[in-house]
Amino acid sequence: MPQLTYLEAIRQGLWEEMERDPSVFLLGEDIGPYGGAFKVTEGMQKKFGEDRVIDTPISESAIVGAAIGAALMGMRPVAEMQFMDFISCGFDQIVNMAAKIHYRWGAPVPIVIRGPSGAGVHGGPYHSQSNEMWFVHTPGLKVVAPATAYDAKGLIKSSIRDNNPVIFYEHKYLYRRIRDEVPAEDYVVPLGKAAVRREGTDIAVITYGAMVWTALEAADLLAQKGISLEIVDLRTLLPYDEQCVLSSVRKCSKVILLHEDTRVGGMAGELAAVIAEKAFEDLDGPIVRVTAPDTPVPFSPPLEEYFLPNVQKLTDAARQLAAY
Amino acid sequence: MKSGNSSRGAVHVPEAGGAEAQLAEQQERARQKDPQLLKDLLEKMLLVRRFEEKCAEMYTLGKIGGFCHLYIGQEAVAVGAITALEPQDAVLCSYREHGHALARSMDPGPVMAELFGKSTGCSKGKGGSMHIFDQSLGFLGGHGIVGGQIPLAAGVAFAAKYLNQPRVTLCFFGEAAVNIGSFHESLNLAQLWKLPVIFIIENNEFGMGTPILKTSSIRNLSEKAGSYEMARAVVDGMDVLSVYDGLSEAVERARKENLPTLIEARTYRFMGHSMSDPAHGTYRTKEELAEHRQRDPIKRYTSTLESLGIINQEYIDDLDSKIREVVGQAVTFADESPDPTAEDLTTNVYLP
Repeated sequence: MPQLTYLEAIRQGLWEEMERDPSVFLLGEDIGPYGGAFKVTEGMQKKFGEDRVIDTPISESAIVGAAIGAALMGMRPVAEMQFMDFISCGFDQIVNMAAKIHYRWGAPVPIVIRGPSGAGVHGGPYHSQSNEMWFVHTPGLKVVAPATAYDAKGLIKSSIRDNNPVIFYEHKYLYRRIRDEVPAEDYVVPLGKAAVRREGTDIAVITYGAMVWTALEAADLLAQKGISLEIVDLRTLLPYDEQCVLSSVRKCSKVILLHEDTRVGGMAGELAAVIAEKAFEDLDGPIVRVTAPDTPVPFSPPLEEYFLPNVQKLTDAARQLAAY
Repeated sequence: MKSGNSSRGAVHVPEAGGAEAQLAEQQERARQKDPQLLKDLLEKMLLVRRFEEKCAEMYTLGKIGGFCHLYIGQEAVAVGAITALEPQDAVLCSYREHGHALARSMDPGPVMAELFGKSTGCSKGKGGSMHIFDQSLGFLGGHGIVGGQIPLAAGVAFAAKYLNQPRVTLCFFGEAAVNIGSFHESLNLAQLWKLPVIFIIENNEFGMGTPILKTSSIRNLSEKAGSYEMARAVVDGMDVLSVYDGLSEAVERARKENLPTLIEARTYRFMGHSMSDPAHGTYRTKEELAEHRQRDPIKRYTSTLESLGIINQEYIDDLDSKIREVVGQAVTFADESPDPTAEDLTTNVYLP
């Protein structure tokens, strides 16, 4: 089976959907000859033409709004945000228009807004954020965050075929660092389904995005110390796979909620609430969060290292919880 | 219609020449039109007027709650503009859009039921006054965020061009919306991509309670099109035929040349911003309102048609009672419709 990077897998998913369905088109800043800031759409305008791979002005509100309007007319636009940090410029169109049109009118809005998020590349405060919770708190949207190349392809294809607006968080740190087996043929990964990345018995670690890899590395180290982690990759944050989360928590009786996003109002808070509501009796220890602190993302490499959760921070937390 | 830059400097006073000159201009426009079209325009305007008056009554009775923005005074704009369209065209509006929905021939029953919050409303009671919608008529809302619909209109027009469908998109918004960023983003996109879309500014002079002179650095709002090398026009928003003629020209430009137009329709709102504020007393005087009421678009138009012998008082009376009956039926429909149930709360959030 071919080995593809996370980035190549996303491109292949977009490419196949463009070939499969003429109503799919791409729009965004510098996605044409330039190929996108990270080259996700490299070669696509040459293949599909300027009519279907459209360079736009730097106008996020118009990009998202035009995508919504085109979707109302039966098209399936995929809009790129050059960095997910810039999505704030199109915020109104996403949360007030896209998210509520089906509710208000019953009309489908099958758009995908995708782009790079996350830290680890010294991008500083405006090019490193994990701002997914802005949209997880917006009923009517779906929010997706793949961790593997296989999932990145399967999830972008599912997102394009979904009849609801989907915000698709690619992790820029993974673009070229992750490579795995990606079938060359058509397949989809369903939205709303988590994956157990590693079976374990002592502590369930619920996470997503780049932190899945941090968790797997920590699990290897802790296994040598006799602590067995089960790693759950949420893959979709809204709607999230509550059953999968609860089943791993019940199995392990202890849980760590891990994410790169900041702490207050992060996904961990929501998961902690649902675990406390529905699996309280199954817990043998406190629900533990390992997250970034409540600060902007710093530029300076050592500061960024302090900011980000990492293997050390996770193993420390796991050892403490295991001993509880 | 005046193409290009307008020579009118002051927006706030009726044109020099006054009522007589305006009447003469309207008569001249009317002479060139089919009498049936002229009668249809009157019927639509009167329907909107009576519907909105009924809304005010129902609001006072507590049958309609929440926020309710009435269109009384501005009827000529929606009716004149939408009548210039074909059935395959698309219309997007702001939140003061009951009149546009009726002008687009939406059944008044589901519109009134939506205002009543009933399950038979066009949004099943989930949207209310600002979210009127009917995709089968190409009526794409009803948008409660100022200017939020402008980028959507660019996308709807883009799809028409992409899919090679002969659709013109007409996007209404108030004059206060020209100061939000997405207005400019969308105009740039529309001209850059040569989209068959018409942006129409309904300049009723007030963004809620603040006059346009306090919020816009320029008076002739259509001049903003110049920044994008877009065609522009100014129409008299109190003259349904001025609006109709101006739109017809822009529609042709969109349909034949795939080019957008920015139109400013100068109009005036006779009611408060919403049902929550008085028509005068805070940001405008009783006298100012009374002066503008002299320009009532329905009164002027009725006089024009009478003077040309197209209608007479008997016709007007018959039409009015017929329309009052239609509006009464809409109220009965809304009144007798069931409320939404608790089960309806969670439907329509996601599509399968």
